[in-house]
Amino acid sequence: MSDFETVAASENQAARRGPSGEPGTPNQVGQPRKPRSLTGDAWRDLRRKPIFWISLILVLLVTAMAAVPGLFTSNNPTDCALSRQHAAPSGGAIFGYDFQGCDTYARAVYGARASLLVGALSALLTGAIALLVGMLAGYFGGWVDAVLSRVIDVVLGIPLLLAAIVLLKRVGSDSATVRVGAVIFVLAVLGWTTAARVVRSSVITAREQDYVAAARMLGAGDGRIMWRHILPNALAPAIVVLTIALGSFIAAEATLSFLGIGLQEPTISWGIDINNGRVHMRESATPLVVPSAFLALTVLAFIMLGDAIRDAFDPKLR
Amino acid sequence: MFRFIVRRLLQMVLAFFGTTLIVYALMFAGQGDPIQALAGERPVTAAQRAYLTEKYHLDATGVGGFFYRYFDYISNLLRGDLGESLTGRSIGDILAAAWPVTIKLALIAIAVAVIFGVTAGVLAGIRRGSIFDNATLLLTLLVLGIPTIVLAPLAQYFLGVKWQVFPPTAGADPGFGALLLPGIVLGSLSLATALRLTRTSVAENLRADYVRTARSKGLPSRRVVSVHVLRNSLIPVITFLGVEVGNLMSGAIITEGVFNIPGVGFNLFRGIRTEDGPLVVGIVSVLVVVYLVANLVVDILYAVLDPRIRYE
Repeated sequence: MSDFETVAASENQAARRGPSGEPGTPNQVGQPRKPRSLTGDAWRDLRRKPIFWISLILVLLVTAMAAVPGLFTSNNPTDCALSRQHAAPSGGAIFGYDFQGCDTYARAVYGARASLLVGALSALLTGAIALLVGMLAGYFGGWVDAVLSRVIDVVLGIPLLLAAIVLLKRVGSDSATVRVGAVIFVLAVLGWTTAARVVRSSVITAREQDYVAAARMLGAGDGRIMWRHILPNALAPAIVVLTIALGSFIAAEATLSFLGIGLQEPTISWGIDINNGRVHMRESATPLVVPSAFLALTVLAFIMLGDAIRDAFDPKLR
Repeated sequence: MFRFIVRRLLQMVLAFFGTTLIVYALMFAGQGDPIQALAGERPVTAAQRAYLTEKYHLDATGVGGFFYRYFDYISNLLRGDLGESLTGRSIGDILAAAWPVTIKLALIAIAVAVIFGVTAGVLAGIRRGSIFDNATLLLTLLVLGIPTIVLAPLAQYFLGVKWQVFPPTAGADPGFGALLLPGIVLGSLSLATALRLTRTSVAENLRADYVRTARSKGLPSRRVVSVHVLRNSLIPVITFLGVEVGNLMSGAIITEGVFNIPGVGFNLFRGIRTEDGPLVVGIVSVLVVVYLVANLVVDILYAVLDPRIRYE
């Protein structure tokens, strides 16, 4: 509460000082101030937060790494020679070589692609399922809502790791594309519930608004109201939840790959490299520490970014 | 209250059959050769094939055959007969040896979460906005954001191998000292959540009317906090910790695997690695039941503890 009051007080001061912030223009007190939208307010709030900038830079960096890994290292991650086993840093390999004699740093850089791909695609698929279920449940209410909400309850009650183990053990194929697709599918099927609840509650709020009633009186059908009037309002909170979910999907993918049931070699994944590095950590720790640091920073960046945006968009927390 | 418990029980029975059906359908039935799927990549001898066909009634076909085998599996599960792993050991025996270790580990983790999480949460809630509050918020964000597969091996390397503060791995029949580091790693996640929950709920309750009344009656601040605020603030924390006990029993796969602790999660970890289908299904089935029961107990506990909550 006190936070809210300080913000409100400083905004009043800003208003008194006039739009350009210059003192000494006393006649401007009564002049109407240009109203700021919620997005504008949130952006003002975000700009001042160092955590937002740090996590945004990290997210952009890792995205660039996934898109063009060649920018960050000129070494080939699959160029491995046992003669270089646990060799000291040399040339472009700034963190030395791992047990198989591969460049530790190059492998960590190339590992970003699988992680981000799985994270982003499962977040998109999650978003699609969540929007569909949340919109239907929130807009129509009644028995549709009752049935869909029970489905959400049941799926929410399934432990993610155990269910993923059972589902992924079922995948017989070793092809890289199939495995990536399977991991994405499993994460989305088990992970859409939280976002669906968020969408449902924002749809219920939007449904009662005057502009929806106005659109209905003008003769708009259910489909048009949902698509043009309710969806834009349900989208913002869903995107915030999905940013945080993206971080946890990346962590989940790494965990599954670590266990040996997610992605498999020759796909380069941080989870696989962490597991390999763990086995040989007594000889050399860098092959364990480097992919661990990459994974932890990426997951943290997405979670902190989502957290910062959510705080900025939630007026109650100000 | 009675109606709520009955309804909740019915829901659990439904969830139990739903989940076991899914587990069973995915592991044993469906397309392809179930015996080969069970054995993974390894070759199956004719004797093994004949044995498994007879054991799981694989000669019955169609939907009827599927449900026949499913109810076979369910009735075995309910009788506590989990069958044998591919190596021939009884899964019931494996689990009986593993449970005490896992429970010990879960208790250490919960103790860590309660002692540090709740204490720091109360302090942060009372001094909201202070340096201590902001530092704990940032620290818990870090803990919540770092996956266990990073935390566990790094803790093992730095604290166990490099600086040798703790024993790096636990052997068979581990003692308290060997389980301390894994317990802390396992409990750190619950610690962070418990801290945040306590902080929010203490900060909220400090503004409640009954606290103002207690203060204006002249009660010392210490008594207001320790008796009035704390008792009401701990309701969500207790229920959260209840859910966590269920989670920790099933969620210790990574920690137990990394630290070589012969608990339930470790056996599951090994079952996945060695492609031991029956072992994985047996353990997953039991863990799902544990998880469901823990959730049921917590829901009922919630309704008992907090009279404001009504499930109708």
